[in-house]
Amino acid sequence: MSGSTIRTPTAEFMRRFMRQRVALVALAVIMLIVLAALFAPLVAPFEPAAPDYDSILEGPSAVHWLGTDAYGRDVLSRIIWGGRVSLTVGFLSVALGAVFGVMIGLVSGFFGGWLDALLMRLMDVLLAFPGIILAIGVVALLGPGIDNVIYAIAVFSVPVFARLVRGSTLELKQTLYLQAARSIGVKAPMLMFRHILPGAMPGVIVYASLRLGTSILTAASLSFIGLGARPPSAEWGAMLADGRSYLGVADHLTLFPGLAIFALVLAFNLLGDGLRDALDQKLR
Amino acid sequence: MASIPKLLEISGLRVAFPGEAGPVEVIHDLDLAVSAGETLALVGESGSGKSVTSLAVTRLLDYAGGRITQGRMNYVDRAGTSHDLARIAADEMRTLRGPEIAMIFQEPMTSLNPVLRVGEQIAEAVMLHQGLSEAEALEEARRLLERVRIADAPRQLQRYPFELSGGMRQRVMIALALSCRPRLLIADEPTTALDVTVQAQVLRLLRQLQAESGMAMIFITHDMGVVAELADRVAVMRLGQKVEEGGVEEIFARPQHPYTKALLAAVPVLGALSGETLPRAFDIEGVVSAPQDTVRADAAPVLEIHDLTTRFPVRRNFRLRAQVHAVEHVSLSVQPGETLSLVGESGCGKSTTGRSIIRLEQPNSGEIRLEGADISHLTRTSEATLHRDVQFVFQDPFASLNPRLTIGFSIAEPMLTHNIAKGAEAERRVHELLREVGLTPEHAQRYPHELSGGQRQRVCIARALASSPKLIIADEAVAALDVSIRAQVVNLLMGLQRRLGLAMIFISHDMAVVERVSHRVAVMYLGQIVEIGPRQAVFNNPGHAYTARLLAAVPIPDPAQRNRAMAFDDSEVPSPLRALDDPPIVAPLVQIGPDHFVARHSVGGRY
Repeated sequence: MSGSTIRTPTAEFMRRFMRQRVALVALAVIMLIVLAALFAPLVAPFEPAAPDYDSILEGPSAVHWLGTDAYGRDVLSRIIWGGRVSLTVGFLSVALGAVFGVMIGLVSGFFGGWLDALLMRLMDVLLAFPGIILAIGVVALLGPGIDNVIYAIAVFSVPVFARLVRGSTLELKQTLYLQAARSIGVKAPMLMFRHILPGAMPGVIVYASLRLGTSILTAASLSFIGLGARPPSAEWGAMLADGRSYLGVADHLTLFPGLAIFALVLAFNLLGDGLRDALDQKLR
Repeated sequence: MASIPKLLEISGLRVAFPGEAGPVEVIHDLDLAVSAGETLALVGESGSGKSVTSLAVTRLLDYAGGRITQGRMNYVDRAGTSHDLARIAADEMRTLRGPEIAMIFQEPMTSLNPVLRVGEQIAEAVMLHQGLSEAEALEEARRLLERVRIADAPRQLQRYPFELSGGMRQRVMIALALSCRPRLLIADEPTTALDVTVQAQVLRLLRQLQAESGMAMIFITHDMGVVAELADRVAVMRLGQKVEEGGVEEIFARPQHPYTKALLAAVPVLGALSGETLPRAFDIEGVVSAPQDTVRADAAPVLEIHDLTTRFPVRRNFRLRAQVHAVEHVSLSVQPGETLSLVGESGCGKSTTGRSIIRLEQPNSGEIRLEGADISHLTRTSEATLHRDVQFVFQDPFASLNPRLTIGFSIAEPMLTHNIAKGAEAERRVHELLREVGLTPEHAQRYPHELSGGQRQRVCIARALASSPKLIIADEAVAALDVSIRAQVVNLLMGLQRRLGLAMIFISHDMAVVERVSHRVAVMYLGQIVEIGPRQAVFNNPGHAYTARLLAAVPIPDPAQRNRAMAFDDSEVPSPLRALDDPPIVAPLVQIGPDHFVARHSVGGRY
C-alpha cells in the first residue's frame, strides 16, 4: 500500500519485537544479571568464598545487603558469582543440545525413510524419560560436577530441538522455492543449510530462550540434591540446599537465591514468549 | 432504464483499513447502482478494490478489519423498506444476509465446511432462513441441487465436499447461496479457480438461474471474456476508483477511459491469429509485433520424449491398491527455437509431464533424450547437464523464490551450483540478466516481498536464464498475473526466444495465450496426448472432440458473440485413478494433416 511497508525480514522482526513491552523488560533483567555475572569481580562487594566468623547468619544490613550465611559469607556476592555458574550451564547446555538437535532434525526430516524412523525412535526414547530423571541418570553415569551437569542437560534438550526442526523441515521441504531449487540442481547440503535451516531458525531461537529457563532450573535442582556444583563454589541451587538447614532461623539464605532463580527463569520464559509473538507470521 | 427502481444504490462510498501511519483509504468516493434482474460486472486488476467493495456491501468488511468512513449504500428489501447498509446495525445486517443478499466466493473448497455432508450444509441454511423441519429442508436441498444441474442429487447430498470436483463444489455453493432466494447475488471471482469447460457450465447456469428468479447480480472478475458473456453493465475499477461505467456493448465497442482501452487491448482474444501460421507477440503500447519465425527445423531436436509414463501409487495398509495415471505413454519432441504448448484441464497431466522431464517427479518408464543424449537414467554428469540445460518457471513466482534470500542471490544460484561463474563475474552476469528481463541492477539487493507479481516473475525468468539453458519449461507461468502484466511477460518470453534461440514448453490452460506463443500445440486429456500438431491446424481444424470442446468453452471478450450456440455438455472429466488390473487404453495417433496427429479411439466414445 504505502512505500513504508518495504522491510527486510530482520527489520520487520525488530519492529515487532520492540512492541513486546514485557519481553523487553525481561531482556533488561537478563542483561542485568548477565552483566553482573560477567563483571562479578568488580561488582561483588565481598569475596564469595571468604568466611567472616564475626558476622554469621546475619540478616540484611547496610554492609551485607542480603545478609550472610553460616560461614559469614556475603549472600549478595555469592548470588552474583553464582550467576556465572547458572548462566554458563544454561547457555552451554542449550547451545550443545540445540546444535545436535538441529542437525538430527534437519537430517531426519530432509532424508526421511529408515534414517528418519531410526533417529526419531531414538529421540522418542530420550523423550520418554522425565527430564530431571534423565539428567540424574547421566550425572550418575559421568559423576557429579558442573561439566557433567552441562552434558546431562544438553542430552535432554536434544530430542525437543530435533522434533521441532524435523517438523519445520518437513514443512519447508514442500515449499515451491525448495522445488525450484531442486529443479536447478542444487545439492542436498546446500538445500538443507541455505534453504531450509534459515526457515527453521525462528522456532529454534524461541525454543532456545524458553529452554534456557528450564535448563537453569534443572542445573539448580541437580546442585540442590548435590549432583552439581561442589562446595565451596557458589551456585544458586547449592546455596538453597545449604540454607535449607537454617529455615526459620535465617530465611534470607533460601529466599534470595530462590528469588534469583525465579527472576532469571521467568525472564527467559517471557523473552521466549515475546520472541515467538514477534517471529510468528500468523500473529499480527 | 430510469423507470426501474434501483435495488442497491451506492453513493460516495469510502472505505479505509488501519495502517501503520493511520487509516489507509482503499475505496475513494465510489458510486454504483444495481437494479433487479440486472448483472453488474465489477472489473479491475488486483488491488483495484473490487473485492473490498463487495465486502462493504455485505458488511463482511467489519470482520476483515476495514471501516466505511463515508457514503451511503441504500438497499430496498422485499417489503419495500430502504436500509442504509453503510450505517446498519450488525443484527439487522445479519437478517439481510442470506434471504436478501447472498455471496459466492472464488474458492469453493474453503467456503464449504469439510466435515459436514453437502446435504446437511444446505439444509442448515434452509432451516435457518425458512423455518422448515429437517426432513423438509433436506428435500428442499435435493431440489436445489437439481436446480443447479447436479446429476443424481439424492446421492450427492450424502457426500462430503472433498468427494466432489471443483465445478460441483462451486455449484453446491451456488445452491447454498440460492437456498434463501436472495434478491441480490454477489459473486466474487466464482469461476476463476475452475477449468474453462467447467467455467462455461457455471456461467451458463448463473445466467439461467438469474432469468428464472429475476435476482440482481454483482459479478466481480478480472476476466474480460467472462464479462462479455454475462454482464449487462460494466464498472471498471482502478486503485479504488471507478474509472468508467457503461453498458456492456458500449464498454467493449467504445471504451472512453485510457485504462479501459489498455485493459481491453491486453486481453488475449482467441482466434486473433487464426489467419497466421506463426505465433506473434502482443501489440502493446503501439508496437506492432513481427511473426515469431525462430524454429530451426533442420537442427536436431533439443528434447525428445518417447512413451513417458508417470503414475502415482495409491496405497492402503501398505499395499498398492490403485494408481493415478498422471502421464500415459506421452511422446513429443521440441526443436531449437520452438515453442510447444501443452494444454488441457486440471488433472490432465500437463504439469506432471513437465515435472517428470526435470525429475521433480520420477517417471515409471519411457525415454527422455536431451540433445540426443539419453537421460532416462540419471548419472552424476547427466543430472548436472539436465539441471543446467533445462529450466523450469513455476506458476507462483512469490512461492518459488526463497523469501530469505536476495533477488541477486536467487538469480546467481544456478551459476554457483553449476560452477559457471562466481564472485564478481557472477554479479556482473546477474546485473546483465536483470536488464535482460526489464529490471535494473538495483533489484539484486532487494527481497522478493518488495517486488510486484510481474517483477517477481521476471526475476524467476532471469533465474531460469542464468545457466544459459537450451529449453525452458514454463508451467502456467503467466496464469497468476494481471492481464496487462501477463501480456508484458508473454512478450518478454517471446523476445528472449528471438534473441537466444530458446526452445520452450509452455504449459497452460489459457487457450488465447497459447495461440499467441506456440508454434505447435499438444492437447492432453487424462494423461495422454489426444492431439498434437501445428498451432494453426489444431486451433482452426481440431481433429479431436475434446480439443473442439476445450476451444468452444473459452469465453470470447465480445458481447456481440454472447448468444452463440454452446455445444458443450455438462459432463465431468473422468478420474485418472484406476485399479491395478485396469490400465487405460492408449489410442494410437493417426496423421490427419502435415505434422498433425490425432488419437483415434476404437471404442464408440466421443473422445
